[in-house]
Amino acid sequence: MFEKLSYLQLQEYWWFLVGLLGALFVFMTFVQGGQTLLHRLARNEAQRDVIINVLGRKWELSFTTLVMFGGALFAAFPLFYAVSFGGAYYVWMAILFCFIIQAVAYEYRKKPNNLFGERVYEGFLFINGSLGIILIGIALGTLFTGGNFVVNSMHLSHWTKSTYGLEAVLNFFNVAFGFMLFFIARILAAEFFIKTVDNKEIVERSRIVLKYEGAIFLILFLYVAYAILTMNGYNYDPVSKVVNLEHFKFLHNFLAMPIVAGVFVFGALLFLAGIAIDLFVKKENGIFYSGVGVVLVVLSLFLILGYNHTAFYPSLANMQSSLSIENSSGSRYTLIAMSYVSLMVPFVLAYIAFVWKAMTSKKISIAEVENNPHHY
Amino acid sequence: MEHLSLVDWSRAQFALTALYHWIFVPLTLGLTFIVAIMETIYVKTGDEWWKKTTKFWMTLLAINFAIGLATGIIMEFEFGTNWSNYSWIVGDIFGAPLAIEGIMAFFMESTFFAVMFFGWDKVSKRFHLISTWLVAIGSNLSALWILVANGWMQHPVGMHFNPDTARNEMTNFWDLLFNPNAYTKFLHTISSGYVLASLFVISVSAWYLLKGREIKFARRSIMVAASFGLIVSLFNLTTGDDAARQNALNQPVKLAAMEGLYNGKNGAELVAFGILNPKKSVDNNQKEFLFKLPIPYGLSVLSYHKVNAFVPGLKELVYGDKAHNIMSAKEKIQKGKIAVAALKEYKEAKAKGDKEKAKEALAKFEANSKYLGYGYLKKPTDIVPPVATTFYAFHTMVGLGFWFIILFIISLYYVMINELHSKKWLLRLAVLSLPLGYIAQEAGWITAEVGRQPWAIQDMLPVGMATSNIQSSSVMLTFWLFAIIFTALLIAEVKIMTTQIKIGPKEA
Repeated sequence: MFEKLSYLQLQEYWWFLVGLLGALFVFMTFVQGGQTLLHRLARNEAQRDVIINVLGRKWELSFTTLVMFGGALFAAFPLFYAVSFGGAYYVWMAILFCFIIQAVAYEYRKKPNNLFGERVYEGFLFINGSLGIILIGIALGTLFTGGNFVVNSMHLSHWTKSTYGLEAVLNFFNVAFGFMLFFIARILAAEFFIKTVDNKEIVERSRIVLKYEGAIFLILFLYVAYAILTMNGYNYDPVSKVVNLEHFKFLHNFLAMPIVAGVFVFGALLFLAGIAIDLFVKKENGIFYSGVGVVLVVLSLFLILGYNHTAFYPSLANMQSSLSIENSSGSRYTLIAMSYVSLMVPFVLAYIAFVWKAMTSKKISIAEVENNPHHY
Repeated sequence: MEHLSLVDWSRAQFALTALYHWIFVPLTLGLTFIVAIMETIYVKTGDEWWKKTTKFWMTLLAINFAIGLATGIIMEFEFGTNWSNYSWIVGDIFGAPLAIEGIMAFFMESTFFAVMFFGWDKVSKRFHLISTWLVAIGSNLSALWILVANGWMQHPVGMHFNPDTARNEMTNFWDLLFNPNAYTKFLHTISSGYVLASLFVISVSAWYLLKGREIKFARRSIMVAASFGLIVSLFNLTTGDDAARQNALNQPVKLAAMEGLYNGKNGAELVAFGILNPKKSVDNNQKEFLFKLPIPYGLSVLSYHKVNAFVPGLKELVYGDKAHNIMSAKEKIQKGKIAVAALKEYKEAKAKGDKEKAKEALAKFEANSKYLGYGYLKKPTDIVPPVATTFYAFHTMVGLGFWFIILFIISLYYVMINELHSKKWLLRLAVLSLPLGYIAQEAGWITAEVGRQPWAIQDMLPVGMATSNIQSSSVMLTFWLFAIIFTALLIAEVKIMTTQIKIGPKEA
């Protein structure tokens, strides 16, 4: 079945899957967003506990999605994995540290004799939700703005700046992209609480978050969208294998792929509709609209980054070292083998959806959390 | 020198992460099955007491599981951050099992983990039980794929080197999956995890008996764990035997280091216990051991199932042995250097469009490509791993493995005749054996990984070629940060765990 696809089609298929995983991860960052809202929404211990426990039932899924995103990149685009992780060393290490401290915080926070105390673990969750997400946003921003790397004829790479990726924080677009993800995470978290928490005060405060942070998000989103549409990009010529500068590359990509442009606009509108539904219609289903919306927007951004012979990771040090899906992927054989494995994805999504529904069909209250001996 | 130190720091950081990760993983592998068995008894009998017992062990499992995840995420990304050349040179093969691990195992674990802990009153008894089993299966499936990857590092199969992309590319997925080294490693590793989990349950229960509390809980837990532990220990023994044979076939240098065997011989003995002569090296004639307790013919039998089989020593493997058709490392290095130079010539000729020269260089490369990795070594003795570390780690693992079998048998006997609570000496031994279980686990991985040095991929890619091209000071910095954070979290974990054990199952 997959054997009939051309090498480029296989590369595009895998870029789509990577993009989908990235998009699902961004959706799952409502966990991180919720962690940063802990003290904003909760006024007492019982309220903090209910927030942590609502998020605690999902944090592993968000963690797994991030790991899977990395695993898919490694398997399908090993050159990107090698160049970016091995080069932008400090950025990725900082991100990893932010996720180590998240992994233990839920389980250890309320346990007696936990060495650091409850507040420190809550601090870990805040760092993960803020610095971790902003840095991931900055790292994703560099897919548009580029990195300082060189790839030699043996495909071995090195970074040309001793700051090993930290220089990306000096780029305004990258930082704006990082903060946009941060506010998306918080908005999704507020919507998630409105849907799943059985506590009026938390729900009301979540609506206030939506109101103000929805506005901040909109400003950042409009800037990021404008910057993407007007920025230069690199074009990869599949015949000569030469990389060229192209003005308005991403705008051209949208025009060349109108369906992707439609998905982007539709996704953005759905995201905003989700906020509006929770705010003005006073319904509780905003998370569904915004969730689907954010997945569509992020996926479409991945598609304009990788499709249409675009260098999805431009090199600022040497243009010809820039990575496209065509020059950085696994072999045809590996992509085919992995494509068969990917047929399991719908099955995985189905059981996740089934369990999600079974576990969150009823709102979670303070009483339920207090009565569960294994609460976080 | 700077390059060397980058390799050393990269190795140190990966070893640190792996050793910390492996403190937590084996307990998860085994304890998930033990709680699944306990919950099955609860569902079958409807006895609420078993539910309480299941919940108690689940609480300890969760504490352990969380920190296992924290250290696990680092390992996946460290292949990119610290071993970026490796990620390119073998990523086409190595990345696949990691991705499959994510799709098949991680999502299963994380999805049903939430049901296991929070779903008691939200889903049916049956669905909850299925979820608990799926967490156990998921965590073991995860081990399968990561050991397929590691098995491939020990014995690379199913690939070829593509000179155009300058990397190894997969040619047969099934060879990778059914690599004998991979499933031997998998079975040996997961069964060792079950042994540790059994030991954990017995040790904690023994502590209760020593304190004269939770008697019924402790006895029943020991009954389940000692039975399970004995069965899996015996299985572990047979898989260990397979693993030794795989070493003999595919990693003879590692096997020789594991046994401190410098001079090969027919009917080679197995060293049951020994103290190596620290002055001994491949290039001197000092005696190998200061003291040893040999088992005659043991190594030949273990390696080839033949009493008089020839087992090569480090000297034959380094300097060659024509009588046994063993090529010297010097010759391999020479061929490797020809391959390295030919690959360079090929790339240059191709870039210039000189087809004739490219064809010639390619032919030269292909004639020597099997030894490409050797071309990056400096001297023949570079192929020898640290012998003392490998030898002592291996013997520690094996010795402790036998002790655990004895412990399980005695514990099971006394618990069955209802006299265990009065055997204080045995209960104390059981408590003291828990740290030994962790030592055995770590010793196993030290044998496997240190014994493979200097290779990242056996005979194919030396570690020196596999690192990222970054400053050693950057890796040194992150090494210490990891060391501090992992140690702090380990202390927190142990404090929380011991507190929960002191609280006991009543609160579960």
